Amino acid sequence: MATEALGWWGVPLGILAGTLRGSVPFLLVSLGECLTEKSGKINLGLEGTLLMGAMSAYAVSYLSSGIVGPTLAPWLGVLTAGAAGMGLGTIHGWLAQQPRVNDVAVGIAMIIFGGGLANFLGKPFIQPQAPQLPTLAAGGWSSLSQVQSALQISPLFLLGVAIVPLMSWFFKSTRWGLYVRAVGDSPDAALAMGISIFWVRMASIVAGSFLAGIGGASLSLFYPGVWTERISSGQGLMAVALVIFARWQPWQCLWASLLFGGAQALGPAFQSVGIDSYYYLFNAAPYILTLLIMVATCSPKRTLTGAPGALGQSD
Amino acid sequence: MSDRNRSFRLSRRQVVRGLLASSAFGLTAKLSTGCAQSPGTEGSAATDGSAPEELVVGFIYVGPKDDFGYNQAHAQGAAAMVANVPGIRLVEEASVPETTAVAEAMRSMIEIDGVKALFPTSFGYFDPHILAMAEEFPDVQFFHAGGLYQEGVHPKNICSYFGYIDEAQYVAGVVAAQMSPAGKLGFVAAKPIPQLLRNVNSFTLGARSVNPAATTQVIFTGDWSVPVKEAEATNSMADQGIEVITCHVDSPKVVMETAERRGVMTSGYHADQSPLAPKGYLTGAEWDWSSIYTALGKDFMAGKTLMAGDIPHVLRGGLADSFCKLSAYGPAVSDEAKAAGDAAIAGIKSGEIVIYQGPLKTNTGSEILPVDQQLKTDNVELEKMDYFVEGVIGSIS
Repeated sequence: MATEALGWWGVPLGILAGTLRGSVPFLLVSLGECLTEKSGKINLGLEGTLLMGAMSAYAVSYLSSGIVGPTLAPWLGVLTAGAAGMGLGTIHGWLAQQPRVNDVAVGIAMIIFGGGLANFLGKPFIQPQAPQLPTLAAGGWSSLSQVQSALQISPLFLLGVAIVPLMSWFFKSTRWGLYVRAVGDSPDAALAMGISIFWVRMASIVAGSFLAGIGGASLSLFYPGVWTERISSGQGLMAVALVIFARWQPWQCLWASLLFGGAQALGPAFQSVGIDSYYYLFNAAPYILTLLIMVATCSPKRTLTGAPGALGQSD
Repeated sequence: MSDRNRSFRLSRRQVVRGLLASSAFGLTAKLSTGCAQSPGTEGSAATDGSAPEELVVGFIYVGPKDDFGYNQAHAQGAAAMVANVPGIRLVEEASVPETTAVAEAMRSMIEIDGVKALFPTSFGYFDPHILAMAEEFPDVQFFHAGGLYQEGVHPKNICSYFGYIDEAQYVAGVVAAQMSPAGKLGFVAAKPIPQLLRNVNSFTLGARSVNPAATTQVIFTGDWSVPVKEAEATNSMADQGIEVITCHVDSPKVVMETAERRGVMTSGYHADQSPLAPKGYLTGAEWDWSSIYTALGKDFMAGKTLMAGDIPHVLRGGLADSFCKLSAYGPAVSDEAKAAGDAAIAGIKSGEIVIYQGPLKTNTGSEILPVDQQLKTDNVELEKMDYFVEGVIGSIS
């Protein structure tokens, strides 16, 4: 049992731990959205996908733990969450590409649909406890229990970090990456090359939703590790904004996610050492950060560098 | 993309016609059930004071019924009412937001299910939704958990009931301080409203009655249900060496599970959370709605109503009146702490212990009560609380 207090050291440690724990959903959702937006469509529905992923992962982990055992069950949950995400992504991908249909409007509908479906199906799973994903103890070298628990790293975090260079390489150096970028930047040119715009966008949206679904699984099976109807509390939408903030670059998505994850820990960490005024301000830190960077980087005279050319254009 | 411009199979005219037809069908279906139902409900009404044979009771919750929290406590009470009082039939609706949605839920319970006594349990349902419905349906009784009923201002078919759960928090504080060698306690709080501040203060005063040096560290999360912030708050407390953590949020599940994982002891709130923290759960302040709901159910079946004045419009009580209770002690609790907890329960029930007893100071040093004064549990002054007592680390602003 942790009996010694860390005092002021608790603040940087808390923020570090919060970064490692809290950034996983941001990272996975923003990477998924990065891929989707590179193909020229926006998927706001990832908030709903996140909820659906969290619910299905928790439910499958709970229901299957009796059959496949508590070590395998959470992984089955992660896969199901990804599949549930792909299902929602398919709906979005098909609807958003119909003639005269706006992808933002479809995305809002998908937030409500995904969230509603998750709440409806998730009713029986609020109370039971599902087996959680194992964590890697990277803090074994330290004798302080606080450090040990702060450095419990989720395998999903490592997965997200591994996807970052892969996605960067995919966009830069592969033929398929070129297809995605071409469809996103100049659909007419892509069409002239003989690429099916519909299927490239569909594949990008479905793959992005798969990642977002896994992000949901990290919410319910890693941190905070429960399924409730308010589990996502807007993180899916924040991750979509984060992609703009990261200028559609996978590497910057990683830094931005770490920043947002750490900012969530700011309010509680400061209050625990006695700085208890302005906690609403600390809690609002991620949102203020987003606004500041949007103001700093947006200009009416030029478009954002790195923005896919066809993003927000109707076809 | 002109090649993708293929249109629907159906023409616009067909779609419009279909939409019109289905909405017309829906409207007539809704109207006709309304007409068919109303004579039936009027016929079975029990407004004349005679004892009814069967009575339908409606419960509305703001969240899920099994959240290990506020809503679960009410749902268990409702289940107890049905089990203990023959003739009561229960209609429930969960996850109803505090918007016009609750007005619709109440209306359909009254008109379609024939509900005669309604329990919309969430605080925010009262104004304006319950008030409006109570005006519209004067023969239906409305029971609201909170202290908002005002004599002469609000309709006569409304009752406010609430428990002084801070008495249970005081006992939980006694047990927590007994179990915490360093006297470092933590409280995960949602928003600084008077009822929450009172829980924090009573918990702290209970702890300081055992260990005068005990402190309670408060962390506000900012809202009633923000799982990630609640987990962060619990983790930062564990980092600071806090030994017992309790909370006042809608669903304490995240706090209890996170604390258990960090090896920190916990004290519950709202309902029994011992299954969530089998090792570290000490005790907890629980609502005990089953006794009050059973009593009300028996009143209903005896033909008593609010309108006739047979049931009081304001119902309140603490440990002594079974409005709240303590969870069974967990395995970690020492015999000494159990004895101290039981003594505190007995003292509060008999009135020997007055929680707010002078001399009492706020944590900023200003005086609340001089030496020879006290505020009893039912004093309305306590319901306007806007301070933390000495020993609480935290501030409201």
